[in-house]
Amino acid sequence: MSTGTGTPYRSSLRTGRDGFIHLLRAEWTKFRTVRGWVLALGAAVLVTVLLGVLLAAGSHTSCSKGPVEAPCPPLPTGPGGEAVEDKFYFVYRPLTGDGSITVRVTSMTGRIRLPDETPGVRNVVPGVVPWAKAGVIVKESGEQGSPYAAVMVTGEHGVRMQHNFTHDTAGRPGKVSGKSPRWLRLTRAGETLTGYESADGVNWAVVGTVRLARLPDTVRIGMFAASPGDLTVTRGGLGGLSAAVRFAEVTAVFDRVGLGGGVPGGAWNRQDVGVTTGFDGSPHHPGGFVESGGTFTVTGVGDVAPRADGSKIELPLTGTMTGLIVVIVVAVTSVTDEYRRGLIRTTLLASPRRGRALAAKAAVIGAVAFAAGLAAAGIVVPLGVRILRAGGNDVLPVAALTELRVIIGTAALFAATAVISLAFGALFRRGVAAVVTAVTVVVLPHILATTSVVPEGLSQWLLRVTPAAGFAVQQSIPEYPQVIGHYAPAAGYYPLAPWAGAAVLCGYAVLALGLAVLLLRRRDA
Amino acid sequence: MRRELHAEWTKLRTLSGTGRLLLALVVLTVSVSAVASAVVSCPRAGCGHDAAKLSLTGVHLGQVAAAMLAVLTVGGEYGSGMIRTTLAAMPRRTTVLAAKAAVLTGVTMAAGTVAVLGSVLAGRLVLPGSGFTLAHGYSPLSLADGPTLRAAAGSVLYLTLIALLGLGVATAVRNPAAAAGAILGLLYLLPVMAFTSSDPDWQRRLWQISPMNAGLAVQATTSLPDLPLSPWAGLGVLAAWAAAALLGGGLLLWSRDA
Repeated sequence: MSTGTGTPYRSSLRTGRDGFIHLLRAEWTKFRTVRGWVLALGAAVLVTVLLGVLLAAGSHTSCSKGPVEAPCPPLPTGPGGEAVEDKFYFVYRPLTGDGSITVRVTSMTGRIRLPDETPGVRNVVPGVVPWAKAGVIVKESGEQGSPYAAVMVTGEHGVRMQHNFTHDTAGRPGKVSGKSPRWLRLTRAGETLTGYESADGVNWAVVGTVRLARLPDTVRIGMFAASPGDLTVTRGGLGGLSAAVRFAEVTAVFDRVGLGGGVPGGAWNRQDVGVTTGFDGSPHHPGGFVESGGTFTVTGVGDVAPRADGSKIELPLTGTMTGLIVVIVVAVTSVTDEYRRGLIRTTLLASPRRGRALAAKAAVIGAVAFAAGLAAAGIVVPLGVRILRAGGNDVLPVAALTELRVIIGTAALFAATAVISLAFGALFRRGVAAVVTAVTVVVLPHILATTSVVPEGLSQWLLRVTPAAGFAVQQSIPEYPQVIGHYAPAAGYYPLAPWAGAAVLCGYAVLALGLAVLLLRRRDA
Repeated sequence: MRRELHAEWTKLRTLSGTGRLLLALVVLTVSVSAVASAVVSCPRAGCGHDAAKLSLTGVHLGQVAAAMLAVLTVGGEYGSGMIRTTLAAMPRRTTVLAAKAAVLTGVTMAAGTVAVLGSVLAGRLVLPGSGFTLAHGYSPLSLADGPTLRAAAGSVLYLTLIALLGLGVATAVRNPAAAAGAILGLLYLLPVMAFTSSDPDWQRRLWQISPMNAGLAVQATTSLPDLPLSPWAGLGVLAAWAAAALLGGGLLLWSRDA
């Protein structure tokens, strides 16, 4: 008979601390074993992709050539790869090697077509639009989109030096008139171009110096005039705003024209760069050029600037909001269901440090939502753009990094929204209240702002201060100060820069999660 | 049916969220309407605004409370397991749903009437200050005016139909959070789709089938020929949605276990 005391039972499992990795694994197991959540996230991806594809497939554009529809010509692109507007009246001479051009601009006048007051009667009034431009230019060739540098006077923005479409430097402000003419000079030395301006032709000030890489030896040098159309924004019938651009032209008078360097003698050449032709072959809204006794009068229509109108790569991401609502529901229920079923007590028993338990849950839900967003955007953006292009739509090209930012930003939008929703779920402990609150703060402001339900000023504020600011990461084409456009949320332009918007959203996510952790620690479960 | 009605009324009356949601319905509708009436201005004659519709803007937000009340009525029972008691006590399931619908209709209609009357009153008081004056072609809002009465009464019906749509969806989906997401998506996302679609035909079609756009056509009192649907036909579209949702929800309730 043995009287020795038996060894007490010891579990053969190793004792360990409740490491964060273990918590993550526990939360991941909880998530992946609820079939409804996994299916719902799959549905979020699917619905985002399908809506985007449907929208892209429903858009068709063709250009009419008289009675027949024809595919539109491709958009000209600038040296930076962006789509550009390159339409102006060009009066030029060839320049080989170094040289310069000097002119005096004595007058800038123009015509603007306003909305018809009597239907069918063209309502054309005299006037110059703010960014009408005329001045001197050095351009690689007559091809649309080829590199250039120019010094110009503008309708309301004073003297500017611009090059390669996206770059703009301000000179002296003020308008041009016979009493206060403006002298402009552009010199070329190899690849370096320097712009000067002067009020009297004696005292010159440098406006800017730019380098045009790989500029060939022989280029074109001369005078130009261009006037972008006049933009009007009107309220549409079914709600929303529609922007319309109407014809405007500018006429500039140059004199005291002086050429220096490698410019051969002879007559001036002229080219109406990028002029569109009617179906009878005649130019539509042509520019013009008259020379008499050393005075040059140049009339031009169009613009030399980056292009802002056209479909954007984020258009197929319209389904994001639908996907987000599904993500909100999944993230909210992932915590409120624990309260419903009483699982939260087990969770907190297993991991008494409540903040870490919630952090692990947030990490898992955030990561899963990020993956879903990445899958959805990674599929729908390239696919949608292909479908749009196949439908004859002009899709404004963007750099590969920008496209990547739009896709990863959308994934981040999914992740941050999931974390906010989870925090609301933990705060309210009631599914309905949490879902409604999350939709109201993340999705609703974006809907109100982009469908022009609320006035534009209010839209801008909604997209600055609410979590909906995060949608800014989806904007692929920036706002250009030198182009007048309809830069409203309804047109896809956000008041905050992409990463600033994302930062606002993430800030809210951190705040909500912090609040949820605080309350989870204090309250009983 | 009387016993079922009584039971459902007692349950709805004693739920803690009911009073708050009904209050939210009235407060959200009236305050948003008043703010819209104050913010939108009519600086000159022929500014093209629809004064009656403007004074009822708050219904856009108040409908969320109506829909959530519906979700609470049935989804809450699934959340707490109460549904099993309910169905044990009242085994005729479709009657239960009908009773729920009747009680919900009564409650929403009452709160909706208060909310809409409050909005119209706010509009009557605030709109003249925003330039909606006789000189600019706007007489003060009055329910004696046929189209305005139609807009107001239609808005009450709209809120009620939204609640019934919510009841149908919540009965079908059962999980209250998922039901809330589904209803909000249905209400707000279809208009966005209509807005972003570049094809005008598609825009009209989506507008016509969207419960919110079509249903709120009943608020329009000006430029009726430009609308894709006449006011009552628009409300009919919403009624069809509500009927379909209730039918689907009822069928699922009848055929599934609880």
